[in-house]
Amino acid sequence: MRRIRSNVTTLAGTLAVATALALTGCSGASVDPATSATPTASGSALDGSITVYAAASLKTTFTELADEFEEAHPGTTVELTFAGSSDLVTQITEGAPADVFASADEKNMAELTDAGLVDPSASEDFATNVLTIAVPPSNPAGVSDFADLAEPDVKTVICAAQVPCGAATKTVEKATGVTISPVSEESSVTDVLGKVTSGEADAGLVYVTDVEAAGDAVEGIDFPEADQAVNTYPIAPVADTANPEVAEAFVAFVTGEVGQGVLRSAGFGSP
Amino acid sequence: MTSTVRPGPSARLLRRRRRAYASVPAWVAVVAALGAAFVLLPLVAMVSRVDWAEFVPLVTSESSVAAFWLSLRTSVAATLICVVLGVPMAVVLARTEFRGQKVLRSLVLLPLVLPPVVGGIALLYTFGRRGLLGQTFDALGVTIAFSTTAVVLAQTFVALPFLVLSLEGALRTVGTRYEAVASTLGARPTTVLRRVTLPLVLPALVSGAVLSFARALGEFGATLTFAGSLQGVTRTLPLEIYLQRETDPDAAVALSLVLVLVAVVVVALAHQAGQSTGAATRRRGS
Repeated sequence: MRRIRSNVTTLAGTLAVATALALTGCSGASVDPATSATPTASGSALDGSITVYAAASLKTTFTELADEFEEAHPGTTVELTFAGSSDLVTQITEGAPADVFASADEKNMAELTDAGLVDPSASEDFATNVLTIAVPPSNPAGVSDFADLAEPDVKTVICAAQVPCGAATKTVEKATGVTISPVSEESSVTDVLGKVTSGEADAGLVYVTDVEAAGDAVEGIDFPEADQAVNTYPIAPVADTANPEVAEAFVAFVTGEVGQGVLRSAGFGSP
Repeated sequence: MTSTVRPGPSARLLRRRRRAYASVPAWVAVVAALGAAFVLLPLVAMVSRVDWAEFVPLVTSESSVAAFWLSLRTSVAATLICVVLGVPMAVVLARTEFRGQKVLRSLVLLPLVLPPVVGGIALLYTFGRRGLLGQTFDALGVTIAFSTTAVVLAQTFVALPFLVLSLEGALRTVGTRYEAVASTLGARPTTVLRRVTLPLVLPALVSGAVLSFARALGEFGATLTFAGSLQGVTRTLPLEIYLQRETDPDAAVALSLVLVLVAVVVVALAHQAGQSTGAATRRRGS
């Protein structure tokens, strides 16, 4: 068996690829060679289909952007796959048919550029996100700032240090000198949010955009130290995409006026 | 008790005949081989990705060891609860008849088909802080959320049907003849259960308990949703694997192999136990 890259070769990854293949295969659009393999003769009219692999936190914004992109360029189809950035990196490294990758952090994009799967010069930062404190609407523990999270009677849930939101949490802890003793270290920001919306936890550290998307289910408490850990989101076409024109056009669309407008209104910052 | 399970002469004869006459059609064997390959190939693929040079340090790291022991402790606890609750459930389902029994039976076995995440959400709404029973527990000073108890509850929830199902099937298969004889000879119901019924189905009880243990060991979704994830408290081996995969896929593969090995050992032991208890009852019978 060929060994591809030891640090991204997992059973889970392989299974995930199979799932991803099945999913995109079912949609039928991304495997149509007649449309996806032939570049258009005229430079302006784009057509064909691309598959965009985007970080889970981009679900709402990218679903909207994909619709608007398809509207702006009739004849194009944008298939979306959302998952944790590191899951997506594993899938792309194992050969999943991605045309564009949008990561929730620079580290995961670097994995792909290091592997030669993305041209480093094509990678563009398109959004930023910062942490905020999410509390249940009634704020039962009366949390008002970051230091409150270290109180022993406040049940705080954070991301594990292994995932991007957990790394950001560690950075803020270091910057503030406040050490949180969490009741749980979740492996995704969605799980942290879930523990807060269900009322199990008194507070959780999540991204500003998560609180925005959760609506009335949680309340966000911003804290100034969040600026110590700004997460930057890069986007790039995958190097061996079958449809570079559409892939590049989509990247330009996200970094352009419409894309930035949609991202801003969801709570993302500009890079 | 000298007359327990004795596979009647007819059964023994039948088995011998089957061996003599029935040959498996070639196409069945081919499909079976395909099926076996489908199960075994992913395991082989995983073993081929193990970084053997780093294997021992990876699986003996502090977090791995903590997760391993937590998994073992919680799975054993969950299995014990499964036996305590599951045996009476199986007896009631197999030996009594009442209105709505069929419906109750399928409802009780529901965790078998529920996605574990759904089980986790259901447990959250029961034992969580705002859950049906959560406030009662809170008043008693017991907090279940984010505790090892929550892990055991999640594991018991998903593992219980395995024990009930295998035991109930066995109870129906052995029938009620010996029980009827015992009670006509004056044995009380509890004595019948203890001296006749349970010895008869002991192999099924052992294999059911082992299945429950295996299911508890692999529990992931309900634990993640309901119990959270904290080293040494709620982060069991499957959760540790899921987390390690984010940054250290080598560690994740190494731990996966450990989990597979534990599962293989458990299944082998169960097989052994099932056979020897089965043989013992048969010996006692003849």
